[in-house]
Amino acid sequence: MAKAPALPTGFELPLEPRLPRIGSVDQVAVEERAASLARRSIKKDAKIFALDLAVRMMDLTTLEGQDTPGKIAALASKAIRPDPADTSVPSVAAICVYPNLVPAAVERVRGSSVKVASVATAFPSGQAPTHLKVAEVREVVEMGADEVDMVIDRGAFLSGRYAKVYDEIVQVKEACGEAHLKVILEVSELGTYDNVRRASLLSMAAGADFIKTSTGKLPGAATLPVTLVMLEAIRDVHDETGRKVGMKPAGGIRQSKQAVQYLVQLYETLGAEWLTPDLYRLGASTLLNDVLMQIRKEKTGRYQSPDYFTVD
Amino acid sequence: MSRLPVRKTYKLFIGGDFPRSESGRTYEAQGQNVARGSRKDARDAVRAARSGFGKWAGMTAYNRGQVLYRIAEMMEARTAEFAELCSGRAEVEESIDRWVWYAGWADKYAQVIGSSNPVAAPYFNFTFPEPTGVVAIVAPDEPSLGGLVSRIAPVIVGGNAAVVLASETAPLAAIELSEALATADLPGGVVNILTGYRSEMAPWLAGHMDVNAIDLGGADGDAPELERLAADNVKRVVRGRIGEQSPYEIAAFLELKTVWHPIGV
Repeated sequence: MAKAPALPTGFELPLEPRLPRIGSVDQVAVEERAASLARRSIKKDAKIFALDLAVRMMDLTTLEGQDTPGKIAALASKAIRPDPADTSVPSVAAICVYPNLVPAAVERVRGSSVKVASVATAFPSGQAPTHLKVAEVREVVEMGADEVDMVIDRGAFLSGRYAKVYDEIVQVKEACGEAHLKVILEVSELGTYDNVRRASLLSMAAGADFIKTSTGKLPGAATLPVTLVMLEAIRDVHDETGRKVGMKPAGGIRQSKQAVQYLVQLYETLGAEWLTPDLYRLGASTLLNDVLMQIRKEKTGRYQSPDYFTVD
Repeated sequence: MSRLPVRKTYKLFIGGDFPRSESGRTYEAQGQNVARGSRKDARDAVRAARSGFGKWAGMTAYNRGQVLYRIAEMMEARTAEFAELCSGRAEVEESIDRWVWYAGWADKYAQVIGSSNPVAAPYFNFTFPEPTGVVAIVAPDEPSLGGLVSRIAPVIVGGNAAVVLASETAPLAAIELSEALATADLPGGVVNILTGYRSEMAPWLAGHMDVNAIDLGGADGDAPELERLAADNVKRVVRGRIGEQSPYEIAAFLELKTVWHPIGV
């Protein structure tokens, strides 16, 4: 089994006896802090910078039963050149697809900077035997996925079997090889901020390159406060070990205004070092068009219409 | 002890709600402090109109007629209030009758404006009028109520959603009208009414890519500049005739769509 990366004392896992030392989250303070950061007004040049960054950080996602290679081809074109009418708009970071569509995605993004991320490990429920999950991960990496988005076993986590969750992440990380591993906590199933913090630390201890809020398959996915809790866990790990873990809020981020709020929160919590697609991603499907409309509005001085942007 | 009167705050009408301007500003008109809308209020109004448009356009023509008739009923109950805000009772009654007149057209204009076209091939060929979409209306200053109703009614009877820029100098009739509209079963967002400085909002509406038509009936000297701004997304520009009552006022905001259907299939 792969060796888990070093973690701050007190964060070592499996760590049942030490779990209380992870501390608890002040719910009121976290929500107040998230809300106050969201009120900041970002205008003009700063807004254009934020929107441009949001595009570069985006994991353009399609996770539907009805996805076809044709849909992936369209998504890949859009990922590479989001606004065909404006070449100054950068490519997105990655496209995020189901395992069966990885070959089609790899084929379509070849030669561009766009990465292919695949969900795996019995996404979205994670309710499958570990060896099947690991086999799935191995397969998507073989097919050419650059990044793997796994889900944690919430059933195990919620029943207190942290070691199972931890071991599974370690095994998946090993199966990933060179591929980046994003660990989805599915925060809306975890119930409390304490659980989110605990699962964040556990995932980072087990070797996650990124921690991610949600699958996007449940209502009440990413929120500003829950993302803040995760960012603070990342900061604590960085403070103690110097290790930089990435963050990916996903699900429910549909408007540019929200995207900018997430970036403000990121900057205020982890600083400018994290303002890069290597350490922060926005998982979204419909957000991109809204960001493109805002960018064009800033450039033309006219409010835009979805009629002039591609239908996804 | 004397009682403190409860005074009305004159607000905007967007998406069926009565918000203050997002800018927090007001200005004085007709002796009252009225919300001074901003370009962002105009943007919100267009968004509300776009979301209200689908439902309204999808309702049956008969049903739309019923809603227009109900607007007349709601105004009738407020005749006295309206009379104080315009030239008087005669103008109010004429406005109410105009709603009734257009309500009657709701399920009839398609027969008059549409057609069955003779073609030299084995096809039925029909032309149907369809709503244009979101229509911005620059309302005239005079008559303050009659002009407003004359411009809104033909726009919405055809299934369009409207963003109305009320008269800058005489906006109170428009605000009173929004209260009648709010209780008339009109789906939220079908009519949105903005008050404030025309020079602050009209250019944003004229340039807005998600506005499909603009009625410059009340724009006066600003019309050429607004027409230029409207050209970018090839908006339908209408110079609505104030006080005119005609099915062609409805037609001005309709798109004609033609279908060919093979005979004998």
